[in-house]
Amino acid sequence: MRNFYLIFKKEFKSYFSSPIAYVVITMFLILSGYFFYNTFALFSTISFNATIDPALAKQVGLLNITESVARPLFGNISVILLLMVPLLTMRLFSEEKKSGTIELLLTYPVTDMEVLLGKFLACMAVFTIMIALTVLYPILIIAFGQPEAGPIITGYIGLFFVGASFVSLGIFASSLTENQIIAATVAFGLLLLFWMISFSASLAGPIVGDILSYISMTTHLEGFAKGVIDTEDVVYYLIFITLFLFLTLRILESKKWRG
Amino acid sequence: MIEVENLTKYYGDYHALKGVTFSVKKGDILGFLGPNGAGKTTTMRILTCFFPPTSGKASVAGFDVFEEPLEVRKRIGYLPENVPLYKDMTVEDYLIFAAGIKGVEGKKIKGAVAKVMDECVLTDVSYKFIAELSKGYRQRVGLAQALVNEPEVLILDEPTIGLDPKQIIEIRKLIKNLAGRRTVILSTHILPEVSMTCQKVVIINDGRVVAVDTPQNLTSRVQGASRFIIRIEGPSHEVIKTLEAIQGVSKVIRRDSHAANGIGEYTIESLKERDIRRDIAPVIVNKGWALIELRPQEMSLEDIFVKLVTKE
Repeated sequence: MRNFYLIFKKEFKSYFSSPIAYVVITMFLILSGYFFYNTFALFSTISFNATIDPALAKQVGLLNITESVARPLFGNISVILLLMVPLLTMRLFSEEKKSGTIELLLTYPVTDMEVLLGKFLACMAVFTIMIALTVLYPILIIAFGQPEAGPIITGYIGLFFVGASFVSLGIFASSLTENQIIAATVAFGLLLLFWMISFSASLAGPIVGDILSYISMTTHLEGFAKGVIDTEDVVYYLIFITLFLFLTLRILESKKWRG
Repeated sequence: MIEVENLTKYYGDYHALKGVTFSVKKGDILGFLGPNGAGKTTTMRILTCFFPPTSGKASVAGFDVFEEPLEVRKRIGYLPENVPLYKDMTVEDYLIFAAGIKGVEGKKIKGAVAKVMDECVLTDVSYKFIAELSKGYRQRVGLAQALVNEPEVLILDEPTIGLDPKQIIEIRKLIKNLAGRRTVILSTHILPEVSMTCQKVVIINDGRVVAVDTPQNLTSRVQGASRFIIRIEGPSHEVIKTLEAIQGVSKVIRRDSHAANGIGEYTIESLKERDIRRDIAPVIVNKGWALIELRPQEMSLEDIFVKLVTKE
């Protein structure tokens, strides 16, 4: 427990002793802010036009601020995270391997599990800071409209699960190589695949199609955006996170066996 | 303190260790000697539980490296060859981290870090980032992190490599000061280092132990004959003849070809059991020549090393 905390603290600090965390968080906020502005501006333009054009008002009558601004916000943020999280995770093991510090770290009296969880949660902490800063957007929505609180809260819960999944896969990729660029590329590639694999579900047969859409991350995010917490979705993310953390642990162990 | 029995290690098809056996007594400094690629680092990595051996047994302070790696690691201070350190941390932060993770109690961490910084002369750079430090300082930080929890066993992989002569002397002094209190294994391919710091030498070549002994015993064991270097003022042909005539002398070789002011330098080899030094002087004097110098030529560890390694 103590070792885990020491590693967590060290990793968390090191994110902020280099420019990585600042750069990633800044770019993330610029991009998410840009998307938020656009959806918000579009919604307000349409709403304004609807007040003077009854026909349009009929057409867009079903639109409300929760569905038009809040819901796409979470979708957009997840896609930006898909790009940004691999940049946060890529150094976690790769850098230690490249500089050789892994040899010292793994000959200290710590278990692989403590090292892994320390690193995972340090990255999750940075991720949480990043996400926490986006709370500004819902606050702005609340300032100018009356969105439902439910979907916003579940949206954040969903984001948290998605982020943890991204981080666990990113750490796994980082444990595979001593090259940070390879780690980031592999993480990004695999995440994008998990993100979009449901696209081919409609083309595949019924059983394969179901499997593909179950595997896909997007499928399990929809519920959260609608304000529903489905156990099935939660289980999916938990399995995803555990699986990649487990695989990373295996990689760490196998490195020892293979030398 | 450290028992190593018949260790073997394969990296894929490559047979890195082919049955290494040795032991180290408590408080001893053991020199681990061998050419590059002999298996020194591999043995050390097994002892520090970085990876397990393919077969064979190793234990540190009574704990098996395979069965109880955490217990072994608690008792070891390890300095890997290239001194890998977290460059984005300050010296003090890093040592605090190392102390904590190596099990120093929370309240005692500050004291332990201050002590080890003092021992390794790091107090002046404690607030510097490790990235800014010179090689010598980094080496000392590496040594400090190994020492910070006062481990019973220290394993140092080439602790003086890449340092300037002054730094080498400092590090050696530091290591020598640890003798008696800690058991130390240090690997090197610099031979004088071993004779200066170690009580015991293990010579390893191509994954096998070639010799285990004290530096002194090794010298006399390998050396079949006593050798002397002698400088005499006199006609060289006659000098050689006269010297060869002395009982017990097996070989006389002229060392310098050009005789400056009639002084010649010769190497005399004699049987080991017989000290011929007493017999030489009167013979020279009787001939009316001048004996300028007579000194024993000791076989250096370098010679022993080459002899042992090439014999294999």
